Amino acid sequence: MKNYINQLRKNMLAPFNGGLGWVRFGRGLGVGSLLAILTLILFVASLYSGSVSIPLSAITDILMGRGSADHPSWQYIIIENRLPQAVTALLSGASLAVSGLLLQTAFRNPLAGPSVLGIDSGAHLGVALVILVAGGSLSKGSLTLGGFALVIAAALVGALCVMAILLMLSRLLQNNVMLLIAGMMVGYIASSMISLLNFKATAEGVHAMTLWGMGSFSSVSLDRLPYMVGICVLGLVLSVLLIKPLNALLLGDNYARNLGISITRTRTLLLFTTGLLTAASTAFCGPIAFIGLAVPHIARLFLGSANHRTLLPATLLTGSSLALACNLISTLPGEQGVIPINVITPIIGAPVVLWVILRLEK
Amino acid sequence: MRFACLNTYEELRMNDNISSVVNTPLPREGQGGGVVLDALVIGYPGHKVAGPMTACLHAGELCCLLGANGAGKSTLLRTLAAFQPALSGEMWIGERKLTEIPPRQLSTMIGIVLTERIRTGGITVRDMVAMGRSPYTNFWGRLKEEDNREVDEAMQQVGIVQFADRQISTLSDGERQKVMIAKALAQGTPIILLDEATAFLDFPSKVEIMLLLSRLAHEMGKTIFLSTHDLDLALQTSDCLWLMGRNLPLAVGTPRELASELPRYFPSQHLSFDSSVLRFNIKL
Repeated sequence: MKNYINQLRKNMLAPFNGGLGWVRFGRGLGVGSLLAILTLILFVASLYSGSVSIPLSAITDILMGRGSADHPSWQYIIIENRLPQAVTALLSGASLAVSGLLLQTAFRNPLAGPSVLGIDSGAHLGVALVILVAGGSLSKGSLTLGGFALVIAAALVGALCVMAILLMLSRLLQNNVMLLIAGMMVGYIASSMISLLNFKATAEGVHAMTLWGMGSFSSVSLDRLPYMVGICVLGLVLSVLLIKPLNALLLGDNYARNLGISITRTRTLLLFTTGLLTAASTAFCGPIAFIGLAVPHIARLFLGSANHRTLLPATLLTGSSLALACNLISTLPGEQGVIPINVITPIIGAPVVLWVILRLEK
Repeated sequence: MRFACLNTYEELRMNDNISSVVNTPLPREGQGGGVVLDALVIGYPGHKVAGPMTACLHAGELCCLLGANGAGKSTLLRTLAAFQPALSGEMWIGERKLTEIPPRQLSTMIGIVLTERIRTGGITVRDMVAMGRSPYTNFWGRLKEEDNREVDEAMQQVGIVQFADRQISTLSDGERQKVMIAKALAQGTPIILLDEATAFLDFPSKVEIMLLLSRLAHEMGKTIFLSTHDLDLALQTSDCLWLMGRNLPLAVGTPRELASELPRYFPSQHLSFDSSVLRFNIKL
């Protein structure tokens, strides 16, 4: 019986595992289109759901620029509120997930991720320095464009600093678990410094930082959205350029170098790309946990392949879907307010991580 | 001639009177996969590991690098693979200095197989062998028809065609090392370096891998250079040996030629070497 089931499974999977390139690519394409459709549905759902119910036909009209004459407030809700929020979730999820994938491959560690390794703490510290010290009474909502650029630059510098420290440590630490612990320590130090900064800050500053620390996709206004789109798209494009070296890095540095891959150049580009993606998401939405860590595993599960040519797009789309889903859940209480994103992501992410650990033990 | 050549390798090998060939330069010109070490000193800045070494590897031969731990086997292989610079001396591949070959081109001349196990899931055997085509593929790593043909051929040579669609993580250690050897074959390099590639294998797998390497050297004309701790196997299967030892010069020759040298390189009160059957025996 067992043999029969195995045989059946083999036969059913045969078209997916076949030696022909296009058939194997077929599974990637299938999973990819399913994920794209899922992302689209969740995106539309994000526009649709909220405390004010707006019919789909009106949403389409508004998005097409025809407006809604009877309900001018709908126009405002969709364009100024729900659309930026959905786009932010879409991009932030994609950025964090891709950054997690790059880290997992670069450090050859399935438990690596932007928050585990303290990279978003670095970005967080950068932002805290600007908001609490340099900006004094600046609160996030009322930042001037110059101040806003400063916040983003500070996040990027913070993230890149932590990445640089990790890359240095990774040369010294052979053991992967040690690197994770080192990353967590760097994260703790950054968090301590953020707490220390709170002493020096004004009450509004602390309040703004606390709100920001809970994570939210709703703090990017329409006029700021193009900056976020620009930075995230730049990071995602850079990551796509890394696909071939990333595949070689799956075999480890030595094998990759022997295949003609320049390790130094690849690592530098990886450092910059991961920093950019993490910083973009963190600066705009606050530190968001677990998406970077868990999503690449979910994507691998869907695909059954670690080939970055299919895994990277799948990770990107899964990250977007998951962030949109979390965003939807966060608005469920309706008029009672919103649930912070960082309350929802661990509930989805932590079981995935546990599953990964259990599989590693086997 | 780059430096004085005392004898050709064949002449030396045919002359049974020469029982040991210690630190004798054996260069030969014009071999595609030939490697020549010229007074090579290896190590790390401020810390010499071994050398100067003068020796050469020939196409079509399986050569084993033997020596106790710490003798510098891995350092030598790392230096040959251009992972670390030599302290002094030269390495030649054919007519070219190793240090002057750009990395991309070097990746079509030297392939490697290492001890480390690839633990990543989600890679099929075929994908892994196809990695060997990286030096030839375009920016996106797309495999052309020719690449696919090379991958098929490499898998056939090593006898892993039946595993093609299996995940690497489901293979035994021996099967996995065969995959890595197929990867090196797909890389199409005249030279293949293996660093203790048989280390974690069970005995039948070790034998199988050694015979496979020997066949690849003889049939495909590859230059195969392998560091190993499996003395008995190396003595029985390899065409030539390099012996390294702390404070001892590099000794190069056929297993029979080096029979009298071996005990010096593996000193132990519990070992005796029987040169008539080329085997170490344990003294109780």
